[in-house]
Amino acid sequence: MTKPLEVEQETSLKVGNVATKSYALQESALVKWSLITISLIFLALFLILPLVSIFVTALEKGWATYVASIADPDALAAIKLTLTVVLIVVPLNAIFGIVAAWAITKFSFKGKNVLITLIDLPFAVSPVIAGLVFILLFGAQGLFGEWLFQNDIKIVFALPGIVIATMFVTFPFVARELIPLMQMQGITEEEASISLGASGWKTFFFVTLPNIKWGLLYGLILCNARTIGEFGAVSVVSGHIRGMTNTMPLHIEILYNEYQFTAAFAVASLMSILAIITIIIKNIIEWKAKDV
Amino acid sequence: MELTLKKRKKNTIIPGFTLTLGYTMLYLSIIVLLPLSMVFFNTLSMSWSEFWETIADPRAVASYKLSFGTALAAGIINVIFGTIIAWVLVRYQFPGKRIVDGLVDLPFALPTAVAGIALATLYSPNGWVGQFFDFKIAFTPLGIIIALTFIGLPFVVRTVQPVLQNLSSEIEEASASLGATRLQTFTKVIFPELLPAIITGFSLAFARSLGEYGSVVFIAGNMPMKTEITPLIIMTKLEQYDYVGATAIATVMLITSFVLLLLINIIQWYTNRKFNLK
Repeated sequence: MTKPLEVEQETSLKVGNVATKSYALQESALVKWSLITISLIFLALFLILPLVSIFVTALEKGWATYVASIADPDALAAIKLTLTVVLIVVPLNAIFGIVAAWAITKFSFKGKNVLITLIDLPFAVSPVIAGLVFILLFGAQGLFGEWLFQNDIKIVFALPGIVIATMFVTFPFVARELIPLMQMQGITEEEASISLGASGWKTFFFVTLPNIKWGLLYGLILCNARTIGEFGAVSVVSGHIRGMTNTMPLHIEILYNEYQFTAAFAVASLMSILAIITIIIKNIIEWKAKDV
Repeated sequence: MELTLKKRKKNTIIPGFTLTLGYTMLYLSIIVLLPLSMVFFNTLSMSWSEFWETIADPRAVASYKLSFGTALAAGIINVIFGTIIAWVLVRYQFPGKRIVDGLVDLPFALPTAVAGIALATLYSPNGWVGQFFDFKIAFTPLGIIIALTFIGLPFVVRTVQPVLQNLSSEIEEASASLGATRLQTFTKVIFPELLPAIITGFSLAFARSLGEYGSVVFIAGNMPMKTEITPLIIMTKLEQYDYVGATAIATVMLITSFVLLLLINIIQWYTNRKFNLK
């Protein structure tokens, strides 16, 4: 007789406990929805509205104008130049990122933390200064200016200058994605592979690379986005020669300053589409990496 | 003896140490260290009075104040809203959450010049947003703050978000079961855990804002003494072929950035120690 009553008492107590617990562990619905509303308004004002306005302004005067703005020879030259820069900068920085991550995570040596800080250094430097340093090196009055002039080599106000300034700005992207990842994975798998007789290269391609592929891709995507969009550093070293040394962001600047808003936003919309694709790929990678 | 032998073995079994470290040092030196050293090298060729005159010029000083003030304001805005957004994204479910989460990365992915012309058009007096305000937003320091808020937002959200995700629910349960209200639990238990991440996010956004150029030049209006940021002063001097002047201002900016980096590390070390000791 007494037993069921006890059970009943216990369960009711439990229910009571759970109720108070969940109450103090969550905000009221009012707080919750206010916070969600604040977030959405903030994001709408700062992120969504600018993005939407780019496409609306670009298409304001219809498809024909839009297509004409992008098919303009100067615009096409800018797109081509940007692609060329990407094809040089991204692979070089990716190789550096992998090599640096290998050196830093597979071996122990003195001054490792200093090296990591130095690799991150370009993040702390203004893009304008990133451009300036290469003027100081390769410009007419620069350290190598005289020598370059005598040998008829153009770096500043030409493709090599744009490439090297972009390399400086995007220098840490791949390395800083790979270093923490490879640190976490340790060296046991590589040690096993080597002690079983595989060569260093074989170990890298069949053991390390499969382990870091998502991290590497993630770094590549970020490096790529920044390379395409770099403005300040490139602006300093490019010399703004139309159809020659204008990358896509510089072309946008010129059109905007000439009050050709529709054309400026048309090229900008193209770059926005690239940005959206970047975000989508990034999310897919994050999702895939979680699965593994 | 055995220990050193083991350590040696550990160091030598994986090949490529000399090659990879050598390549890393070479590439780092050519692309980053040698070019950056040029700023200090060129500054040394200036006399002290020449250097001081350039960096203490009223127009330059006005730009430091503007760059510092707007970066600070944008940083504070991002700390408040960035933390709220991180909280909402981690703790609540609502329709379209995944898209909103992805969208936070937009300022990282969108070229700064594109963001710059879009914000300038939106917030100009007859733009979509600007028309609703009696006062000017674009072409004033307010416009610069908006551009810097845009640039800095993901830094705060993306540093606070993972910390919030990894927060163990036990400490909140303990706090609640001891009778704390939800607000008390947040201010006394959750917030101190988030603080190091918030400080890191703020510093990253602040450091980026000090040097930001692309998104700001379009919306700033670039009036000397009023809306001229420090990177623009460097740009203007370069266009006038005043390389010495540009280098002097760059030295000031570089030293500020490096001191800031040092400060970030010290603050992080301090907050970590303080809360770990408790």
